[in-house]
Amino acid sequence: MHDFDYERPVSLVEALSLMARHNGHARPLAGGTDLIDQMRLGRHQPGALIDVKRIAELNVLAADADGLHVGAAVPCCRIVEQPLVNQQYTALVDSCRIIGGIQIQSRASVGGNLCNSGPAADSTPSLIALQGVCVIAGPAGTRRVPVERFCTGPGQNVLQPGELLVEICFPPRPPHSGSHYRRLIPRNEMDIAVVGVGAAVELDESGRTIRAARIGLGAVAPTPLWAEEAGALLAGQPADDVQFARAAEAARKIVSPITDMRGTREYRIHVTGVLVQRVLRAAVARARGEAFTYLPGH
Amino acid sequence: MAKKRVVSATINGEVVEFLCEPRQTLLEVLRDTLDMTGTKEGCSNGNCGACTVLLDGRPVVSCLVLAMEADGSEIRTIEGVARGSHLDEVQQAFLEGAALQCGICTPGFIMQTEALLQANPNPTEEEIRFYLAGNLCRCTGYDKIVRAVQAAAQKRLATT
Repeated sequence: MHDFDYERPVSLVEALSLMARHNGHARPLAGGTDLIDQMRLGRHQPGALIDVKRIAELNVLAADADGLHVGAAVPCCRIVEQPLVNQQYTALVDSCRIIGGIQIQSRASVGGNLCNSGPAADSTPSLIALQGVCVIAGPAGTRRVPVERFCTGPGQNVLQPGELLVEICFPPRPPHSGSHYRRLIPRNEMDIAVVGVGAAVELDESGRTIRAARIGLGAVAPTPLWAEEAGALLAGQPADDVQFARAAEAARKIVSPITDMRGTREYRIHVTGVLVQRVLRAAVARARGEAFTYLPGH
Repeated sequence: MAKKRVVSATINGEVVEFLCEPRQTLLEVLRDTLDMTGTKEGCSNGNCGACTVLLDGRPVVSCLVLAMEADGSEIRTIEGVARGSHLDEVQQAFLEGAALQCGICTPGFIMQTEALLQANPNPTEEEIRFYLAGNLCRCTGYDKIVRAVQAAAQKRLATT
């Protein structure tokens, strides 16, 4: 690897001042599972790494009246063990269980997955479905950006030089709601999504009608997508296969996948629809409190 | 050149201090500075798991950890698994089950198995295969490895 400096601030103020001092030549380091590999390949050559793992704000994993706060440096292994996340934000748990293998999950953070801004990032569709909002700190203060507007292209996002993702904040989950993420890969684990879909639904008290739904798509465009219309179509409709098929059709219309070794454009468009239906079925089952176990690869 | 700095960590129960550059990974320091060559380098990009060690109890690939990040941490490597001259149950099971051929992947598999059995003392075959998915073996194949993990789990359960 190239030569660089390493800093380990213990406060957000100190981290921002270090980012400013390095004037756009520093990169924040959380789990490092993407960054260290990319540095070894020479794709990034930052003058300094700012290790953000000792900053309290970036290690928060707790709920309050505003909802759930996931600090940008919290590793996947902590998220999958958090009881409230397991009960109410299950799509996020589904994502964190299949990012890399167990060793990667010990280090990799959801904030890092988002900042790496890969089109196939496994957590981003779940963040979109669960209405995540990025809290970004910078020299000019703090701003909030909805997750679906964070990524701007492969490996690119809205962060300006000197800015740092602090946390992702999620609104409280309403009663009778459920969520799920799954992806298609040719193996059972340790692979990059051909297509990934996350969805969250809210049902009425009867459990038969959908009040609201949000669907996030991965690996089918230069950035993860919010399938806004597909979700809006479901509002007020019965939670059944006919409606799921309509949502799938709407989702297929907004994707623009590439053809590569993982799948052709046509295949990805087809799979988008298949997964949207399966994920909606699972999210509805969870919203109804029905037993639903997701074994990745099955 | 970025300055070398002193890093202090507890490795296999002993406090160890070493000098390193920011760009050195934990894997490089273990092997090249501390001469603990039991941890192997495979792909060096986080895919193969050959360099798995336990960092504060969690399995990590040491090729994707900077040595400086390990400051103040507790590390367990393959050198810390045997109790004196007695192999532990996992090592013994790999040996008796011939769950290795060239052996490069074995320290990583054993460390990952230690982490698995700590978290889940009686895993199903499915759980074993899922937990070990981040470790690649290119010669023996996985069936013997999975059976060795099952044997080690049973032996531990019988003796505790």
